[in-house]
Amino acid sequence: MLFRTAARQAAPLRRQAFSPLTRRSVTTDAASAHAENIPQEDDKPFTVRLSDESFETYEIDPPPYTLETTKKELKTMYNDMVSMRRMEMAADRLYKEKKIRGFCHLSTGQEAVAVGIEHAITRMDKVITAYRCHGFALMRGGTIRSIIGELLGRREGIAYGKGGSMHMFAENFYGGNGIVGAQVPVGAGLAFAQQYNEQPNTSIVLYGDGASNQGQVFEAFNMAKLWKLPVLFGCENNKYGMGTSAARSSALTEYYKRGQYIPGIKVNGMDVLATKAAVQYGKDYAISGNGPLVFEYVTYRYGGHSMSDPGTTYRSREEIQRMRSTNDPIAGLKQKMLEWGVTSEEELKSIDKAARAHVDAEVAEAEKMAAPDNTDRNLFEDIYVRGSEPKWMRGRTVDETFYY
Amino acid sequence: MVSSRLFRPAARLASSRLATPLRPAFAQSACAQSALRARGYASEGGVKEVTVRDALNEALAEELELNQKTFILGEEVAQYNGAYKVTRGLLDRFGPKRVIDTPITEAGFTGLAVGAALAGLHPICEFMTFNFAMQSIDQIINSAAKTHYMSGGIQPCNITFRGPNGFAAGVAAQHSQDYSAWYGSIPGLKVVSPWSSEDAKGLLKAAIRDPNPVVVLENELMYGQAFPMSEAAQKNDFVLPIGKAKIERPGKDLTIVSLSRCVGQSLTAAAELKQKYGVDSEVINLRSVKPLDVETIIASLKKTGRLMVVESGYPMFGVSSEIMALAMEYGFDYLTAPAVRVTGAEVPTPYAVGLENMAFPQEDTIVSQAAKLLRV
Repeated sequence: MLFRTAARQAAPLRRQAFSPLTRRSVTTDAASAHAENIPQEDDKPFTVRLSDESFETYEIDPPPYTLETTKKELKTMYNDMVSMRRMEMAADRLYKEKKIRGFCHLSTGQEAVAVGIEHAITRMDKVITAYRCHGFALMRGGTIRSIIGELLGRREGIAYGKGGSMHMFAENFYGGNGIVGAQVPVGAGLAFAQQYNEQPNTSIVLYGDGASNQGQVFEAFNMAKLWKLPVLFGCENNKYGMGTSAARSSALTEYYKRGQYIPGIKVNGMDVLATKAAVQYGKDYAISGNGPLVFEYVTYRYGGHSMSDPGTTYRSREEIQRMRSTNDPIAGLKQKMLEWGVTSEEELKSIDKAARAHVDAEVAEAEKMAAPDNTDRNLFEDIYVRGSEPKWMRGRTVDETFYY
Repeated sequence: MVSSRLFRPAARLASSRLATPLRPAFAQSACAQSALRARGYASEGGVKEVTVRDALNEALAEELELNQKTFILGEEVAQYNGAYKVTRGLLDRFGPKRVIDTPITEAGFTGLAVGAALAGLHPICEFMTFNFAMQSIDQIINSAAKTHYMSGGIQPCNITFRGPNGFAAGVAAQHSQDYSAWYGSIPGLKVVSPWSSEDAKGLLKAAIRDPNPVVVLENELMYGQAFPMSEAAQKNDFVLPIGKAKIERPGKDLTIVSLSRCVGQSLTAAAELKQKYGVDSEVINLRSVKPLDVETIIASLKKTGRLMVVESGYPMFGVSSEIMALAMEYGFDYLTAPAVRVTGAEVPTPYAVGLENMAFPQEDTIVSQAAKLLRV
């Protein structure tokens, strides 16, 4: 509110300094930041200058176009993204080997969003997303073996084999919702609790461009604004809701403007640094009592909507190839790290190698995990909180009635 | 009073419909007589193997062809050819005016479809699965099912809701629920649930032609299954009566009442019961959940004296509870043993395959329950 008029004129000085006054859109270039005078020390902060095409905003100042980081953090981010991709590739393989059942939605190509967000918040902040949730589960502290174990339906999976691909939970990570858009008001509720408990924290609520049209998204917007909830709604715009392009599903495809009375920030979701900068800024805004923001992370999924969708009937192979080869979030960060002398080719190779080895080892561990025993105790446990169950639940026949 | 009733729009709609040839839904003779022409790869007697998916597709295409008021809308029904390819080719054939991709906004497009129906169109509203229709069940029940009654018969709502329902493999709790009992309990709705390809085609066409809101509960796992389709059923005037069950297998020792995918499991179990114990089970395919064909069930019960209901919904307050209660009310004197049921277990569907198997009826569950009931 404070920013609405005066600030919009005054703010983008930096932007004007860099570029002509023509109307710009947010880039999906993953290697558009600049940095110099990189310190020797791994944990000594230095400043990265983000591209002036990293953000577009609605009714709010843009986030700072600079980001404090360290060599160590950049390497961690790189490692996170590489591990995430390797994990999703393992899931892809296991699905094709028919070891993973049902639906399996991979986030290959979208790694910078989950990683950028996690590096901008703390473990005390809350995250909720839809069914494309493996990467978020990993960033929220889920182990690769527990995530892959869940996909394989194992007892030591992150949800004990009960949830599968779409339903993963961890501390301050609330899933993994299979119903399109349903997590958005639930996410507002997470922020409500933070406000209620007077916690200096925010809730990150993610949904896709497909889900952005659900009525309950707008119901959540209204309450969040009305009650100034510290929530960062975020549309992961990967351009396709299943096989329907954004323009075919949404009357306004500028998703960051769809909060109407809620300020919005569109961010280059292929650039992990821009994502981090924007979320950090948004978190400060939200916990200062300003209420919600609507983010749009511009990103791209390389694969189909799910494993059963080849993903090539509604978009061209060239489009996918172009995004992969020129806008890849991992390749982008890698290029910058080398360019800035943050690391050497050899060190990156060793990070790659270690990440690969770690994921492969974790996957092997997951494959060794046992499936849940087919007992009625395993079947009926956890329908209710332990100790509060009804006396019995009915099985398929009266003989199969289970007594707690 | 009488004349004012005649001038009501609903009365006019009904009479205009009767004047057109579009409403032979309840005229069984139409499909029985015209078995002249066989299409496609005819084998013996013109019977053809058709998958449930293709049967549904054929029903949709025929009704879209016959009735300009009919259109289909839903998520991914047009350009993507349907999430489960049931609407394959319809966009190419009928164009974007009548085959419409909606945003992922169930409450919105369901309400919109209901509105179009109130205004006289005959929408077919597809849900990617009925699990997602929970987002819009208010529109189905409060706006579609109740309006005709609330308006004192002035305002009909000719709409068809369809999509896969119930068990699907490996998709966990939010994508596996069976809603037969939910919709079956609502006055104002008709609810059908096909098993075979003939069921699928005949019931879907009947649903589209029926002047009321009809819910068609399909099953994803059945889409790819092929069934023989009679020559009569291949014709474009083939419809099945809503509210009539089908005896899939006649028998004298035990009545097994089932619906949807469980019909196939019951038939397999019946064959095993015959082979193992020499028991003749009569398997009734309900086809219609609402109205429910009590007559067929009781007539069978009268013959066999024993009743077993097999379904994949939750046991409490479900389809099988209802059928067993009706058997008590109408057939108590014929029962020679307490009726039994095999249902889904009372648990949100787990992902792990072993546990998932324990949550839904399997063929051996049916066989062992039947054996116990029959004391064989």
